[in-house]
Amino acid sequence: MHLAVYLPLLPPVAAALSARWLAARLDPRAATWLLTAAALLLAAASTTALGLLAIAGLVRIPLVASLGRLSRTALAGTDPTARLVSLAAGLALSAAALTAARALWHRGRALLAAAREARRLPGTGDVVILDGPADAYTLPGAPGRIVVSTRMLAGLTGPERGVLIAHERVHLHARHHWFAAATRLAASLNPLLRPLERATAYTIERWADEHAARGCGDRRLVARTVAKAALLRAGGPRRAVTALGIAGAELAAGGPLPRRVAALMAAPPRRRLPLIAAVAAVLLLTGLCTAEAAGDLEDLLEAAGA
Amino acid sequence: MGEGTSSRRPWGALEAELLAVLQAADGPLSPGEAAARLDGRAGYSTVVTALTRLHAKGTLNRERRGRAYIYSPVLDAAGTAARRMRQLLEREQDRDAVLMRFVDELSPQDEALFRRLLADDGPA
Repeated sequence: MHLAVYLPLLPPVAAALSARWLAARLDPRAATWLLTAAALLLAAASTTALGLLAIAGLVRIPLVASLGRLSRTALAGTDPTARLVSLAAGLALSAAALTAARALWHRGRALLAAAREARRLPGTGDVVILDGPADAYTLPGAPGRIVVSTRMLAGLTGPERGVLIAHERVHLHARHHWFAAATRLAASLNPLLRPLERATAYTIERWADEHAARGCGDRRLVARTVAKAALLRAGGPRRAVTALGIAGAELAAGGPLPRRVAALMAAPPRRRLPLIAAVAAVLLLTGLCTAEAAGDLEDLLEAAGA
Repeated sequence: MGEGTSSRRPWGALEAELLAVLQAADGPLSPGEAAARLDGRAGYSTVVTALTRLHAKGTLNRERRGRAYIYSPVLDAAGTAARRMRQLLEREQDRDAVLMRFVDELSPQDEALFRRLLADDGPA
């Protein structure tokens, strides 16, 4: 177990640095799948690497070695893993397991609460209109429901309402909450993957935006609806709004909402297969490294057990 | 799915009372539970009949729980759903991530950006 075991600890750094860049360039649907898969695989790989390092240290403890009938001299002679590294890996692994368990518990509870609420909402259709401040969201469930507040509806025109509902229906039908839950789990196992969780949250919204845009055939209408709805939530646009101004560059440098609007005001995203293939290749390599490191440890334990 | 006309027959009073009971309830009720909350003002079989009629009229939702049906109002009392929703949002730690919001909160800079975006070339 040499270099291979440390390699899976590196790609999360690269992923963290490139997640936002990828999210801005890839087709949002492909990006959501790719980023989610990357987050899960990298989390699994780095957790496995920590586990391997911890086990390598654990078997050197005399009691553990004698329980496993392992030869301590054989272990000491072959494995270069330093005790401190193993100890650190063991601690990191325990922390990861704890935060992951907590994340699963909280997300599970929140999803169950949402599903229960979705079931108890009045009416039988997928869209529910509730009194209240301007807001609109999808409650995941079986079936999930779309909640739109009266004040949000009142602030939008007919076509804009159509865009909002079309957007939320994509969340419902594509089960976007599972992508969000998967990246949450990955980021809880490895905090370096948090940018991937944020990037996926962004591409999920972009996926729904693009779908709504294809449905109505008017990207600027979707852009305007997003901007208007955001202002409605923030207290309402000051005047009647009918058109979009200012350049996309300023928007593209802003937060997630301005970036969504900027993307809608630009040309539709392309698929960019070479970029997807490159990311997939890095993921594959990481997986191979992890398998290699696991194989090394197995060989070592076998040799020491002889 | 709402119920537009109100019944003028003797049934009406019981139906209105049942509807109020279901709206005040925490969740769907079985006929037995609903009858219990009427404090003996109607028998079990009368309540079953009334609930079935309300369901047939589209005023109540009906689902199966075990061998019995449970009922809930299609349109609940103004704001109870909205209130429950706010409670849900306040209670659950992971609430924001679970709800797929159409638009999240704007930072002050982004809000200023949007105000300019929407106002600059639009007729005021």
